[in-house]
Amino acid sequence: MSHARALGPDLAFKSIALVGNPNCGKTALFNLLTGARQKVANYAGVTVERKVGLARLPNGRTVSVVDLPGSYSLTPATADEQVMLDVVEGRRAGEDAPDLIVAVVDATNLRMNLRLVLELKRLGRPLLVAVNMADVARSQGLKVDVHRLAQELGCPVVETVAVKHDGHTRLLAQLEQHFAKPAATPIVSPAHASAINSTDLQREVRRILALVAPMAPPLGRFQHRLDGVVMHPFWGLMVLGAVLFLIFQAVFSWANWPMDAIKAAVLAVSNSTLALMPAGPLRSLLVDGVYAGVGGVVVFLPQILILFFFILLLEDSGYLPRAAFLLDNLMGKVGLSGRAFIPLLSSFACAIPGIMATRTIVNWRDRLVTIMVAPLMTCSARLPVYALLIGAFVPARDVGWFSLRGLTLFGLYVAGVVSAMGMAWVYKRVWMKSAYQPLMLELPPYRVPNLRNIALGLWERARIFLRRVGGIIFALMVVLWFLSTYPGPPATWDASQGPAISYSVAGMLGHALQWLFAPLGFNWQISVALVPGMAAREVVVGALGTVYSLSAADRSVTDALAPVLVQGWSLATAYSLLAWFVFAPQCLSTLAVVRRETNSWRYPFLMALYLFVLAYAAAFATYRITLWLGS
Amino acid sequence: MTLLSDLPKGAHALVERVVSGSAEVGAATLRRLEELGFISGEPVRLLRRGPGGREPLAVQVGETLFALRLLEAQCIQVRHLEVSAA
Repeated sequence: MSHARALGPDLAFKSIALVGNPNCGKTALFNLLTGARQKVANYAGVTVERKVGLARLPNGRTVSVVDLPGSYSLTPATADEQVMLDVVEGRRAGEDAPDLIVAVVDATNLRMNLRLVLELKRLGRPLLVAVNMADVARSQGLKVDVHRLAQELGCPVVETVAVKHDGHTRLLAQLEQHFAKPAATPIVSPAHASAINSTDLQREVRRILALVAPMAPPLGRFQHRLDGVVMHPFWGLMVLGAVLFLIFQAVFSWANWPMDAIKAAVLAVSNSTLALMPAGPLRSLLVDGVYAGVGGVVVFLPQILILFFFILLLEDSGYLPRAAFLLDNLMGKVGLSGRAFIPLLSSFACAIPGIMATRTIVNWRDRLVTIMVAPLMTCSARLPVYALLIGAFVPARDVGWFSLRGLTLFGLYVAGVVSAMGMAWVYKRVWMKSAYQPLMLELPPYRVPNLRNIALGLWERARIFLRRVGGIIFALMVVLWFLSTYPGPPATWDASQGPAISYSVAGMLGHALQWLFAPLGFNWQISVALVPGMAAREVVVGALGTVYSLSAADRSVTDALAPVLVQGWSLATAYSLLAWFVFAPQCLSTLAVVRRETNSWRYPFLMALYLFVLAYAAAFATYRITLWLGS
Repeated sequence: MTLLSDLPKGAHALVERVVSGSAEVGAATLRRLEELGFISGEPVRLLRRGPGGREPLAVQVGETLFALRLLEAQCIQVRHLEVSAA
């Protein structure tokens, strides 16, 4: 099924496809052309993003615009490039060939970008060239003779400035002119242009460049001085450390008030439902299932948005590939690519966007290893559990300059990172036939980040996240609510006979699992709470509250719970549970995303299994060692 | 003949040819290197190496900057240009 159809009547619209090298400003131009009228989905069967939008021409006519993945050549090396080629040639099932190809080139790097244009030309399809970043080129003293270029290429050429609000005026005018012509000449293109030698292409590029930009000055495309610091073996790593520290600070402190606001809103909706609806299963489903469950996930939206704000900012400015450059050696030692840095960073907010971000890793094995270790990065869903246990069991004491509680939290994060590195190394030994993985990563010139791009990127992330919450996570929450509500306690039950949840399927499951968890020092209450915790880890706090007969709707459940836990649990049990949560077998939504991204049940199953084994071993060791030290 | 990977930091050179320098580097990688611009006659410059002083290498070819691992850089044969301090 084509998503173009879902956009409405745009089948009748003429379509254009933006094609270009990575980093040529193609996506910025797409954003400028389409504004917020975009639709992001996947191409059927592959995890390649398909971006479509609508652009309005000056005469009021609408054209649909496809932003194709950035490609270096028409000989595909990645799934992204394969999709680009298939769409351009009209060979992708469910996609119509575009009526016009718009090749976007970076004016400051024609030497590289024109090779792709020459390849596209050989396809024999209607082609238009947009010389983007024309302003940057001019400011660097580079004059591109657009008319001569059009002559040499045999197709229209316009200048664009994607970061200026009216930087696409000429492109729109040219599109209008193109589509005003009667489509009298049906294009008969060769089925598949034969591959052409890069050396021949480059000879042609040099010839054209000598004509259209003679006496081009050597460009100062790169800020070598800035790179001298940012990519410096020592100072570069210091800068990276400072950037990461700032991001963490922002994610965990700036996000507080919007998160509190979301919690308060969910609470207000819960309370009004409690007040307005008669007690019954439907009310319980809404309050305990839907609001508590979905609200518990939506509450992470501010953190995810702040994290993505920084990631988009760093990406737009050209910093991220340099961070990958700095870390490649280190990450290469455990078999990860420097490119894995971005997905792993995202996983600190939530493994789901992290796993989705692994799409930028070209090599499949590389990508798989990154997906497998991403959940070991401490996601923010674990924070409520950590906060509860550390608050209850770790004394508020200072060790030197630091608080013991802060150090414990830091230690738990480090434990996650170290075990991720260890597991990556293990996977590399098992899966990688060859130790060599190509890097070949482009380091684009620094640019001032464009606010429109960042805003649109954030909007896109928020939509994807909320759609997921509304879909799979909602469904899981409802299922879990049924499991932890039915069968209900007998009619003669009252609270003194223990919590109602222990009569339910989840409760029975928890009791049944107790023999399994007893060696870790977990009591039956913990075992019961771990079952709904599979939906989302932070639910464990609420579930513990339920099991200990506290009202989960009580906002201070954490404060009320801590003294109860100190009474009921040994120190060894608390530490053991902390160790468990460093590895905590994945929440179901993460496993669902892994299933989707890997297109197989094998990897989510393997992930759940290895995380369970690690969690069990770590909790067991922690429990025994703490007991031994305590005696 | 010199390999790109053997150039000193800051050195300018011209690409001569791209050939596999090791059994682990296949034809697809060589083709990609050429598509990225490592083409005979193109000017290259080794800007710096990553922390540890070995790899990755930051290499400017034409007007583009790439990070390459050692094995990739060993596939690129270059002619070292002695440049004045300009």
